[in-house]
Amino acid sequence: MTVAVFFGCTFIAFGPAFALFVFTIARDPLRVIILIAGAFFWLLSLLMSSLVWFIAMKASNNEDYQLQRGLLIFGVMFSVILQEVFRFAYYKLLRKAMEGLVALSEDDSSPISVQQMAYVAGLGYGIMSGAFSMINILADSLGPGTVGIHGESQYYFLTSAFMTMAITLLHTFWGVLFFDGCEKRKWWMIAVVVCLHLLVSGLTFLNPVYEGSLPPAYIITVAMGVWAFLSSGGSLESIRNSFTCSKSSVNSQVGS
Amino acid sequence: MLIATGKWILLLIVSFLFSECIYCNSVEQKIYVTLNKTVPCVRLLNATHQIGCQSSISGDTGVIHVVGDDSDLEWVLKTGNTPPYMVLLDGSLFTREVMIKMKDSTRVAGVAVVVPKKGPEGGFSPHQKCPNDKSSVYSNSYGEEYAHCNKTVWNPLGNDLSYEDFHFPIFMMQDENETEVVKKCFFDHNVPVNGSGPSYPLCAMQLFSHMHAATNTVTCMRRNDLQATFSINPEVLCDPLSDYNIYSFLHPVNNSGPKNPDEKVIIAAARMDTRSFFWDFAPGGESAVSGFVTLLAVAETLSKISENLTSPLKKNILFSFFQGEVFDYIGSSRMVYDMQKGTFVIGLENIDTFIEIGQVGLRSASQLWIHSDPVSRQNASIDNEVKNLSSTLMKVGNDSNVPIFEPSFSQPLPPSSFQSFLKAQYIPGVVLTDHQSAFSNRYYESIYDTSENLNMSYPSELGPEEQLEFVTAAAQSLSEVATVVAKTLFKQAGGSEEDLFKVRADPKTVTKMLYGFAIRSNNSWFRSLVNQDVKPSLVNGPPQYYVGVILPNSSPKQKRLIQYVLANLTGTVANLTKEQCQNTDKSGDQNRELYDYFWIQGSVPLNGSDPVSYCVRSTVRLGEAVSPAFVLKQYGALNYSTWTESRWKEIKARIFLVSSKELEMLTLAIGIAILVISLLVTYFISTKADILFTVSREPSTAAY
Repeated sequence: MTVAVFFGCTFIAFGPAFALFVFTIARDPLRVIILIAGAFFWLLSLLMSSLVWFIAMKASNNEDYQLQRGLLIFGVMFSVILQEVFRFAYYKLLRKAMEGLVALSEDDSSPISVQQMAYVAGLGYGIMSGAFSMINILADSLGPGTVGIHGESQYYFLTSAFMTMAITLLHTFWGVLFFDGCEKRKWWMIAVVVCLHLLVSGLTFLNPVYEGSLPPAYIITVAMGVWAFLSSGGSLESIRNSFTCSKSSVNSQVGS
Repeated sequence: MLIATGKWILLLIVSFLFSECIYCNSVEQKIYVTLNKTVPCVRLLNATHQIGCQSSISGDTGVIHVVGDDSDLEWVLKTGNTPPYMVLLDGSLFTREVMIKMKDSTRVAGVAVVVPKKGPEGGFSPHQKCPNDKSSVYSNSYGEEYAHCNKTVWNPLGNDLSYEDFHFPIFMMQDENETEVVKKCFFDHNVPVNGSGPSYPLCAMQLFSHMHAATNTVTCMRRNDLQATFSINPEVLCDPLSDYNIYSFLHPVNNSGPKNPDEKVIIAAARMDTRSFFWDFAPGGESAVSGFVTLLAVAETLSKISENLTSPLKKNILFSFFQGEVFDYIGSSRMVYDMQKGTFVIGLENIDTFIEIGQVGLRSASQLWIHSDPVSRQNASIDNEVKNLSSTLMKVGNDSNVPIFEPSFSQPLPPSSFQSFLKAQYIPGVVLTDHQSAFSNRYYESIYDTSENLNMSYPSELGPEEQLEFVTAAAQSLSEVATVVAKTLFKQAGGSEEDLFKVRADPKTVTKMLYGFAIRSNNSWFRSLVNQDVKPSLVNGPPQYYVGVILPNSSPKQKRLIQYVLANLTGTVANLTKEQCQNTDKSGDQNRELYDYFWIQGSVPLNGSDPVSYCVRSTVRLGEAVSPAFVLKQYGALNYSTWTESRWKEIKARIFLVSSKELEMLTLAIGIAILVISLLVTYFISTKADILFTVSREPSTAAY
């Protein structure tokens, strides 16, 4: 009967990402490639931080709980920095690819905008990091038992799923803002993204006090969403327009 | 969420480093508490039936309910509102009546039995009332009036529970701490409040004991053979219950030489195995240990004096320890079969007399009873020899202050290995026990047949090593029996009267053996008697005497302990190096035909740290104890034991919390809602993208 929990959590964690993929990515091969490459870059950053973590674990004393927790915090922070470094590297790479795309295209314009690339790359990052944080939890949600025999909250699966959803969306928004910052040389935007990433990751150290980690994470998610929306050309007015003016002059395949 | 990432990093590394992940899944650790110290009940099969327990292939799960009295039972069987239940059963309720009630109910997912240290006052035996009835010598063709325990019900307390077939798993909780963990989980989550049912999450238990074999031995062996013939990866479903008999001659006998029918051999026998409701948990204090410890003492006594006698013994003596006797006389029937086929050292015609030591640990008023077979005694010469033997026994017993009596003539033999020999041939022989008719053992073949049942008690201030040396009343009593048996064997073998006073069993050895075999096999004495291979099987508790199965590449079991103890007690130290001692090449040395050599660990000297090892030469040998039914491949045979043990993949018990159906459904509903909403919203945004993101600051790349 816990198959229900498995599917429930899967839908919560990956529902939004799935919807975004289906409606905005899947139809365009170029976007699929950028998405996969983005996921790959996230994996590379994970590999790097794994190496550092491995060395740290080997070098440290396993018995010392304080040291281990300190190392974990260090590892997480280091991993966040690495992820952002790889995001920057990916930005550079995409920029280079863009020149090639422009050269290839017939009307001297790229078939994809930087903002679109930023969104797709961010989603790739989000999907991969969401998958990695959720899959082992999902695997255990199938079993007959639920968390709580040691006194933890029985809503562990549910909160993990919501956290994964937030992380996926956050990565998407951060992708947009980060690329925007790079594009406009607004380094403070990048700094804000890195800081918030650190903050959200740090929030998970509050677990299992989910009241402490989930609401702030969602507040940040919403704020990031709004900012990303605004930075990519959205406004209150455009929202109003989208509700009132149903006729659109351009064909409707542009996402983000 | 990056804490999860960190966890994943760790996990990746760990799985890179160790193929078997030990840290494993920390989410799993959050959910499950594995119970490590449990003993399952497993499925056994014979020619016609399956007995024991099994779970479904993915384990049986139920909400835990601690059952200590009838009202708890009522809750489980009738009123409780969250069936099925996993019953944590108090040992006092582990009776046939309760178990059958649960068997008939569909509301029970499984049972975990908490076994108290002491058995119930009234006795408890999950065994048959008439043990080994099917393989008894008494049948329609042999002493019909004695068949099926018509004259004497040997085990009146037997309730046949071990021979029931349960469709749910039954485990035994061995560790008090684990029982407390389960109980705490129950009291924290499952106690009904205000009459209504408890609220979720509830504490549940899952038991895995899925059995591969089904129906009976015939079916299972057929499937085995099919697999072996057609499958590339044959998977065995069941194995015959089997092990090794241990035997030793007083005078070495050439293993391969021809046997002269005039060479007479007296067989002194005891059985080594016992069983209980649960797999591999069979302390067998009275039912096995009392008998074989006495026989070990007899063997020691006689071999110690056989060197310096005024005149040598005329007849040889074979000390034989039979294995698998609980399961229709596996060991003895195999030895008889081998004798008939001429593959044993001696033949049936060489047997002079047969003396078996049965259960002798619980003598009331020091009495010992001689049981003999009324059917074969109708033959005058057999009757004479039995009478001679009995009178010798009684006389010797009288001298040693052990009053020995014979039950009335019309009583048949109790369940005993001797019956296997009688099936083949009339042999004069007796079975010595502590009971006149029904067993004095109230816990026959049960988990309570422990050292306490044998009344072994030690002053509380003694440490383990002091207990080892302390001569208990039980040991004193068994050494008296051993002396009587040894003297009788000595006289029967033709020993001279003037040497008779030398025959005396040493209570000190008996008490050490009892301590090792019934309380703690990991003691300094046993450690010094075994070799490196057997040493790991020594345990800090009593060894178990379930016969088990012989698996390829399995390590020697602790049953081999008896072999080493016997070799040390009866053998002599040979001046050989380790290589020479362990050399199994039999050619070129005549002694190799007569003796077996054991490389013994040795004891630690007072001022040293390493034990001084040495080589022991003895006549102790192993004989396969696999039922002839499996040699003949007659799996449906009615005259031989056909017991097999099913194989299984996993025996596991764990506890965890289960959430309510409502929460599960709520999770699913939220999931579906989020999926649908995100699909709608994304579709909407994607169709309106050009309007939503109109004010693009980079018109050249805004659209394509």
